[in-house]
Amino acid sequence: MLNRRRFLMSTAAAGAAGLAGLHLTPAFAEGAPQIQIFVPAAPGGGWDQTGRTMDQVMRAEKLISGSQITNVGGAGGTVGLPQFISQWNGKGNSLMVAGMVMVGAIIANKAANNLTQVTPIARLTGEFEALVVPAESPFKTAADFVAALKADPTKVPVAGGSAGGSDHILFGLIAKTVGVPATSLSYVPFAGGGEALSALLGNQVAAGISGFGEFSEQVKAGALRLLAISADKRQDGIDAPTLKEAGIDVELFNWRGVFAPPGVSDADKAAMIALVETMAKSDAWATECKNRNWTPILLTGDDYAKFVAEDSARIEAILKDLGLA
Amino acid sequence: MNTLEQLAHGFSVAFTPINLLWCLLGTTLGTAIGVLPGLGPALTIALLLPITYQVAPEASFILFAGIYYGAMYGGSTTSILLNTPGESATIVTALEGNKMARSGRGGAALATSAIGSFVAGTIGTLGVAFLAPVVVKFALAFGPAEYFSLMVLAFITVSAVLGSSSVRGLASLFAGFVIGMIGVDLQTGQPRFTFGTTELLDGVDVIIAAVGLFAVGETLYMASRRYAGKDEIVPLKGSLYMTAAEWGRSWKAWLRGAAIGFPIGAMPAGGAEIPTFLSYAIEKKLSKHKEEFGTVGAIEGVAGPEAANNASAAGVLVPMLTLGLPTSATAAIMLSAFQSYGINPGPLLLTTQANLVWGLIASLFIANVILVILNLPLIGLWVRLLKIPAPQLYAGILVFATVGTYGISQSPIDLVILYLLGAAGFLMRRFDFPTAPVIIGMILGPLAETQFRRAMTISNGDWSVFYKHPLSLTLLTLAFIGLVGPHIWAFIEHRRRRGPEHVPGDA
Repeated sequence: MLNRRRFLMSTAAAGAAGLAGLHLTPAFAEGAPQIQIFVPAAPGGGWDQTGRTMDQVMRAEKLISGSQITNVGGAGGTVGLPQFISQWNGKGNSLMVAGMVMVGAIIANKAANNLTQVTPIARLTGEFEALVVPAESPFKTAADFVAALKADPTKVPVAGGSAGGSDHILFGLIAKTVGVPATSLSYVPFAGGGEALSALLGNQVAAGISGFGEFSEQVKAGALRLLAISADKRQDGIDAPTLKEAGIDVELFNWRGVFAPPGVSDADKAAMIALVETMAKSDAWATECKNRNWTPILLTGDDYAKFVAEDSARIEAILKDLGLA
Repeated sequence: MNTLEQLAHGFSVAFTPINLLWCLLGTTLGTAIGVLPGLGPALTIALLLPITYQVAPEASFILFAGIYYGAMYGGSTTSILLNTPGESATIVTALEGNKMARSGRGGAALATSAIGSFVAGTIGTLGVAFLAPVVVKFALAFGPAEYFSLMVLAFITVSAVLGSSSVRGLASLFAGFVIGMIGVDLQTGQPRFTFGTTELLDGVDVIIAAVGLFAVGETLYMASRRYAGKDEIVPLKGSLYMTAAEWGRSWKAWLRGAAIGFPIGAMPAGGAEIPTFLSYAIEKKLSKHKEEFGTVGAIEGVAGPEAANNASAAGVLVPMLTLGLPTSATAAIMLSAFQSYGINPGPLLLTTQANLVWGLIASLFIANVILVILNLPLIGLWVRLLKIPAPQLYAGILVFATVGTYGISQSPIDLVILYLLGAAGFLMRRFDFPTAPVIIGMILGPLAETQFRRAMTISNGDWSVFYKHPLSLTLLTLAFIGLVGPHIWAFIEHRRRRGPEHVPGDA
């Protein structure tokens, strides 16, 4: 897949790649394994960045000699997942990047395959979400927002990512917790990128929910006001309460992690967990996480499997309330 | 003055030999990927992201900007020569450009698109440097209601591409709506017209549809007519580049295209396709050579849309650099490159990273110059493609279209769609249905639907948003004038001419 694309690119560029000094063919280091990373999304998104950052860090730390990244994008990962299950079965040196978005997509798309069919290795990072309002908004605190929502949810249009995604799920959880029926909400989905942000900056909607990183610079510049974040505890350098502190008992991380294919041996599984754990504890990984606003929330093996199962159940319930599952 | 000083400083950053080399590399690579259908700038930059671990931020952004601008230049080449658009923003270019190539003016079409891209790219980049704060304020005033009204205006104006029979044109347009509806509905998350196929959940790629309908359909049609019609290689007529008359017809179209493309590109949901439609419609309306549109190919119809798409590419950088808003796939990936350097793109970018931003803007000027120098001599080479005898040429187009489509997502389903649409394109061609409205319907239909539903969600079902917002009202009024204006005008003309006959006894 990617090697084909790389081939195409390198022929198109005719030697340009060599000039750029890219690692198109990874150098082999003694002893370190070669791994394969399967990204069920197009290049450029969060999972792809997770995969590529892992590759960079593991290579820099000499944990692997190189890796091959394969992208199979589409439908929140539900196009790639069946391929990973059937075609990568038993390949002990491979990892698939996935996360909460895939859990939601599996439920909403009524996909035939799910994450219980693959081997959980580790949860790596999470991005907590932020509830923001335009600077001119009358809502000064999360309580103001909740009061307005309780008074008439149809008058509080909230912008966020695609329907059924993490932003929509958080909005549903907030509403459920404060006793507003999820079906009465006025949620305005935008297709990623800057569209939801521009609707907020242009004062088109009452509030917005998205990953904290999407909003942080606008908050710093004073264009948006941060009402609350969905993290488990207060964050250094962020001047806003968590939802729990604001009286809304909700916590949500848009988590990302890695899975091995089905049918891998216990020895391979243990080796892979050790490899990923070493990477996640390296300084290089910590630096990357800091640059990208990822919160490291490492969880491995069976604990991770249990977490995935619980989160799936929670997401399924809220998607049912929202009328999406 | 401050801006000029900063720009001068930017040039000092961009004019180092190593950065010039990055710029040359980027523009060359960009032109190459622009030519290939399927491989776009977003994907290329995403694959080159690891480079950010190894080179200075200035160098990698200069490289990325070169790729971005280069793809806009390269995309038109295959549209014109092979009727196979390399990028969605160059679909309109194929309409007149390919007709020109078939009547022996391929060189002129390529030249007007390269020079038009240069002119518009330069105007757009000047806009980024000097007008960004003003334009971004205007762009943010566009909410869902305004976008919907803009779509209405676009629908009215694109009637120009419906062809001679409006019934057939509308049938094609509605077919485009249906194809555009395929996939998960953004507003509710529910799949539509996917028939249980996971691969269809993300919808049908516009590029695949354009390549299928235009290139594959055309190839099948040519194959079916192999022995029925004449089969000759069209000799190049006149100068390889543009004649004086063609220059005269091009320059106004370039300026108008740039004027339409830049502000729409700067709008968060504006995109690069809509300005090309609008520009095409305007050029057709204003042209003194209307008979050339859709027959031998009118040069205005290439010059305007090509300028529009390059200016819109510059426009996209306005919200990105002033607010940190990525409004296209390419911009989003460039922003993630900022993050690799630990730079958080946002409203403070211009003050905290002035070196980087102004270096980038300066390198855009340089990229434009390099691109026009790179592309003009290539025209002589490209037009030789047209000397290939038809069977070999069309077989080549088929291979090219298939490989390019597979390259988009390596999905066999995409190839099935490509050939189904190719067969549809063949039948449409055979029974004289225009294919361009299908693509326009695919792009505008879902956009109009989404914006309409967003506007209604935000207003809680109150229709008045469409006429209570002044901007929206203005756009709707323009659309109304566009719809009834020509009829009233024709009626007045008609009355004036017939007038004397109705006055008996008057000499």
